[in-house]
Amino acid sequence: MAEEGKFKVTIDGITVDVSPGTTILNAARQIGGDIVPPAMCYYSKLEGSGGKCRTCLVKVSKGSEKDPRPMPKLVASCRTTVMDGMEVQNITSPDVVEARKGVVEMLLINHPLDCPVCDQAGECKLQDLGYEHGADQTRYEFDRRTFERIDIGEQIQLHMNRCILCYRCVYVANQLTAGREHGVINRGDHSEISTFIENALENDFIGNVIDVCPVGALTDRTFRFKNRVWFTKPVDAHRDCPTCSGKVTLWYKGDEVLRVTARKDEFNEVEEFICNSCRFEKKKTADWLLEEPTLIEKDSVITANHYSVFTPPPVIKQNPKLQEANEEQLARTERLK
Amino acid sequence: MARKLLLTHIDVPGIDTLEVYRRQGGYRAVEKALKTMSPDDVVEEVKKSGLRGRGGAGFPTGMKWSFLAKPDGVPRYLVCNGDESEPGTFKDRFLMTKIPHALIEGMIVSSYALGANTAYIYIRGEMMPQIRIVERAIAEAKSAGFLGKNILGSGYDLEVYVQPGGGAYICGEETALLESLEGKRGNPRIKPPFPAVAGLYGCPTVVNNVESIAATVPIVNDGGEEYAKIGIERSTGTKLISASGNLVRPGVYEIELGLPVEEFIYSDEYCGGIANGKRLKAMVAGGSSVPILPNNLATKTAKGEARLMTYESLADGGFVTGTAMGSGGFIAFDEDQCIVRNTLNFTRFYHHESCGQCSPCREGTGWMEKVLHKIEYGHGDIADIDLLWDIQRKIDGNTICPLGDASAWPVASAIRHFRDEFEWHILNPRESQTRNFGLAHYADPLVPVV
Repeated sequence: MAEEGKFKVTIDGITVDVSPGTTILNAARQIGGDIVPPAMCYYSKLEGSGGKCRTCLVKVSKGSEKDPRPMPKLVASCRTTVMDGMEVQNITSPDVVEARKGVVEMLLINHPLDCPVCDQAGECKLQDLGYEHGADQTRYEFDRRTFERIDIGEQIQLHMNRCILCYRCVYVANQLTAGREHGVINRGDHSEISTFIENALENDFIGNVIDVCPVGALTDRTFRFKNRVWFTKPVDAHRDCPTCSGKVTLWYKGDEVLRVTARKDEFNEVEEFICNSCRFEKKKTADWLLEEPTLIEKDSVITANHYSVFTPPPVIKQNPKLQEANEEQLARTERLK
Repeated sequence: MARKLLLTHIDVPGIDTLEVYRRQGGYRAVEKALKTMSPDDVVEEVKKSGLRGRGGAGFPTGMKWSFLAKPDGVPRYLVCNGDESEPGTFKDRFLMTKIPHALIEGMIVSSYALGANTAYIYIRGEMMPQIRIVERAIAEAKSAGFLGKNILGSGYDLEVYVQPGGGAYICGEETALLESLEGKRGNPRIKPPFPAVAGLYGCPTVVNNVESIAATVPIVNDGGEEYAKIGIERSTGTKLISASGNLVRPGVYEIELGLPVEEFIYSDEYCGGIANGKRLKAMVAGGSSVPILPNNLATKTAKGEARLMTYESLADGGFVTGTAMGSGGFIAFDEDQCIVRNTLNFTRFYHHESCGQCSPCREGTGWMEKVLHKIEYGHGDIADIDLLWDIQRKIDGNTICPLGDASAWPVASAIRHFRDEFEWHILNPRESQTRNFGLAHYADPLVPVV
């Protein structure tokens, strides 16, 4: 029996008690780990988001305690609320794995795969998704759809080719900023994120569209081509900002702040949205009060060579030649101990 | 002669005017419902009639009405879906052109049953003449006191408005229609909540097809039980079928459900057979979205029984050897038609009409079109057939709204039943540009399907 006023839901065999009204995805996030379905369009901070990308599809093998019938189709876990006694299969269902693979393939057929020149590479959710769930090669042999690059405002560039139409930026523009000037035009696979007749978006909070974009479609023009994210070091910092919370992550290369972003949680969602002046104008260490290095998931490419401690395999300990070759790493390991 | 309920007086000159329509017994249902019945009585009659939604899904109308949430102080809406744009379907347009008052009368009766004081008729933007006709009919009904405040002294108020759509197929999906009606981009909403709980402007709403609404008029007039006597099993009443393709007499027919498909195609009362003395190759029973069936499965089910025009009989055998009633857009193909080309045509339509909201439909429909285009124009590879099968499988059931499924089913059924034609197209690229494949091998001579 579940706790008073709570629903019991079992996801991939792990049971958790959640409040009524919780979605399957959020219930899975409470459990954490591998069973959390990937989400490209859902964003917990944006009302109405989700349900579009279909990567979070799961199978409901038991509807609820009262009505144990399974749901006939796979459901989008980000928009389906749990029922008491619901049983959900995510990675344990071959149907889900297969469908998800299909969705990833569909998302990639019109994606330019220009990761080597894309600023998002390294922190791109589509890369992670493709790596975890995708096929190793494409079956698509036709021309990909292309669009012109558009500069929307001084600081943001829209790269529509890379867009997966998650609508997150549309929700940001609608919910965080005043006036509706950013939306989707056209239909089907010609759909295009656009501003009203390519108006520059000038709004204090519009920079957040860069953070919510799961791919490299909306990029920071002040950071474009400056560096790869895995060569920069993220540090949490804050300042006394009159418009926003002022809690940010600074991305350092040497002593230089290359860019400023909002802080993100383990599901790659922004904790608190930040304003444009924090993001684009305050790029000196002197503007900020530093806190500590940002905690990054250990399997993220961003952590590469930064914070991980090198544990030498036994073979290195025995072989002086290999010890010589790995001298630098071993020395750093000693330092960090 | 089969019984007609909707098109009885269709040939009477001037039936589109209120005066002639009343002389033929029009607006009796409004008088009967408003003066002698309570709203719940009307819902009960519709439930008894067994009327099923005529727009495509075939969901029982009475049950849909009973799901409508009725919180206090919140208005309820009835929305009529006149956004008929399924390829092969043209029955609602015919009904609205010829006998618009049947729709208005149905709107009044249905709105009364649901307790809605405002109702909308959403008509596809391309049908401007029909919009004018319906608007004129509303004005006539209003001046005769059938619309407005205190209708026929019953104390019931109703206003009906016509809203032209922008001509997008997706706006025929009920939640996309509501979005469009609210003045937004016509993207389907994610369900739940269903419109019966939170529909138009967040209020409880019922969305019904034009034909379903018009069918409530004979139900109120003669009673639900009388209506349920027509038809077989759970397919009751009459249905408008818009027949097109290689038929001697294509057009809109009102049939009693339960009519054998064979009789519908070959009888002189209906389509009169295949044009130019050709043979039937395939048929689509309910608009482009439903699975296409080859000759041998069109008139007989896999069990060897005669296939009837009912929701159950057409769906007999599931999607493997059956199809669906859909919206009643009947398309017949003779032996000269190319299934590959037809599938390409349908898929191009779905690609064009996909709203682009969810990824499998947005990307998958375009991909299927490109692969089919390649096959049709002689550049196909034999592996493309399996690729197509795989793409449709990954769209089917994984999308927000039924458009994804609707784009997948025609491709799946064409490959399932006409795989040899696809193979022939690919293996004979030059020949396939100059002539058509003809009848499928198993359709001629007829081989029973095991």
